[in-house]
Amino acid sequence: MSSAGIEAAFRIDWPGFSLDVELNLPGRGVTALFGHSGSGKTTLLRCMAGLEHSKHGRMRLNGETWQDDGIWLPVHKRQLAYVFQEASLFPHLSVSGNLRYGMRRSGRHLKFSLEQAIELLGIGHLLDRRPDRLSGGERQRVAIARALAANPRLLLMDEPLAALDIGRRQEILPYLERLHDALEIPVVYVTHSPDEVARLADHIVVLDNGRAVAQGPLQETLARLDLPFLLGEDAGVVLDSVVAERDHAWHLSRVAFEGGSLWTRDHGLEVGSRIRVRVLARDVSLSMQEQENTSIQNILPGRVDAVADDRYPGLALVRVMVGESALLARMTRRAVAVLGIQPGREVWVQVKSVALLE
Amino acid sequence: MHLSDSDLQAIWLTVRLATIVTVILLLVGTPVAWWLARSKAWWKSPVAAVVAMPLVLPPSVMGFYLLLAMGPDGPIGRLTEALGMGLLPFTFQGLVLASVFYSLPFMVQPLQSAFESIGERPLEVAATLRASPLDAFLTVAVPLAWPGFLTGSILTFAHTVGEFGVILMIGGNIPGETRVASVQIYDHVEALAYAEAHSLAAVMLAFSFIVLMAVYLWRPVRRLQ
Repeated sequence: MSSAGIEAAFRIDWPGFSLDVELNLPGRGVTALFGHSGSGKTTLLRCMAGLEHSKHGRMRLNGETWQDDGIWLPVHKRQLAYVFQEASLFPHLSVSGNLRYGMRRSGRHLKFSLEQAIELLGIGHLLDRRPDRLSGGERQRVAIARALAANPRLLLMDEPLAALDIGRRQEILPYLERLHDALEIPVVYVTHSPDEVARLADHIVVLDNGRAVAQGPLQETLARLDLPFLLGEDAGVVLDSVVAERDHAWHLSRVAFEGGSLWTRDHGLEVGSRIRVRVLARDVSLSMQEQENTSIQNILPGRVDAVADDRYPGLALVRVMVGESALLARMTRRAVAVLGIQPGREVWVQVKSVALLE
Repeated sequence: MHLSDSDLQAIWLTVRLATIVTVILLLVGTPVAWWLARSKAWWKSPVAAVVAMPLVLPPSVMGFYLLLAMGPDGPIGRLTEALGMGLLPFTFQGLVLASVFYSLPFMVQPLQSAFESIGERPLEVAATLRASPLDAFLTVAVPLAWPGFLTGSILTFAHTVGEFGVILMIGGNIPGETRVASVQIYDHVEALAYAEAHSLAAVMLAFSFIVLMAVYLWRPVRRLQ
């Protein structure tokens, strides 16, 4: 990883807070910096941008050094864009003035044109408005478009949805998902929402107390048994799937992933559409025999891969392989003991509910 | 109400003085205010105190020290003589220089608080959109601090118009050169010409009221959206 991708290493010692991370992130796709508040994710992002000056640090993007011993490129010379938690639009400029602010200063080689940004975020009808005439969701969309129009080689986003209410969040998420598919540059996305991670990320870095406690490809990392203490109720896996079949009579779709398939509510997606599904550990149970006469419609054969203690005493997390894919199941430790669940054991995996993410 | 030619001359001189001082302080006060608003240096407080001193010092005290500084043995006096400008006391230039010091806080303080209320964020946003610090200052900080520039300019202008003690100490009472409106009123009163004093004083009173009303009425607020 010497030239492609992002190399980010920072050490900060402030009173009451320290950050010590060394990351190698892929040069494409969305990397989520995930952690609770105070875990250092925003500080890390600010260090990457150069908004925070950590004396001991190294930052490289695709072989270009932004910071190292004796090297410091000021923020305005770094080809990045940053979306803040609050939209932070310039109030003295119209929407189109805001969009052009970064674009005019970004040089000629536009990978991403203003028109594309406007189109992607659906803000064409807002161009002449003043920022104070926009709703919260519209402001954040303009802020994201403004960042893209600056033609960055790295897009940094600091909880862009956190300042919005649920409704506005649902309004913006589809745009972020489109972004995810359309962008060729790496995106580093700070969030404390497992839902946003599951929807948007390809790669995840879990931060706790200023340390990176886990990092890796999303699916792999979410299936780890040592992270649920951070994810809590939201522990679960994400599966990349394809819509394989639609049952119009019952309004159901069958989505196939590597190793099996699941029936879910039909969301109107065509057969062949690629989607992400999320299966939470609390919605998965295990059985020694194949159950009949049960309301649970998704029953898959699997093999226990690992068993670990959950964050609550009395609860356990079990990782089961269904074909090539890992699922997590949450159950009591007594159930583990009574049923004799241990690695290697063949089981029936019952999935109570599945969330379609895209 | 009747204004004599010498009254009009005094008013014209006052307006010229106040305008020049306001322009100079816009140029000098802006960087000072910017620094005070953003610096974290320990000597920021002493500098802020020095800038604010004219607010509390008796004008005679300020005038006295300025007179010494501009005199033949003072640092400013030596400099102006070395530059071939002669000595500044009892000249219009001397008045301008003294007024710049005297009105400094009236420009710096509104600007400083305007810059402070902008906060760090807009400048960070500008930097991530590739604006250099100077670029960000001109295209983001100045437009956002616009009300501060307006308030600072109006207050500086009005305060310079209302100056009396310092002018008397440094400028004396030379018609067309240093006899500004406030000094002219003083002369009228000294000569027991109350009617003339009254005309000029009423003009000043009305002027001050209008200026202050403008400042209080027109206070647009701009925040990041």
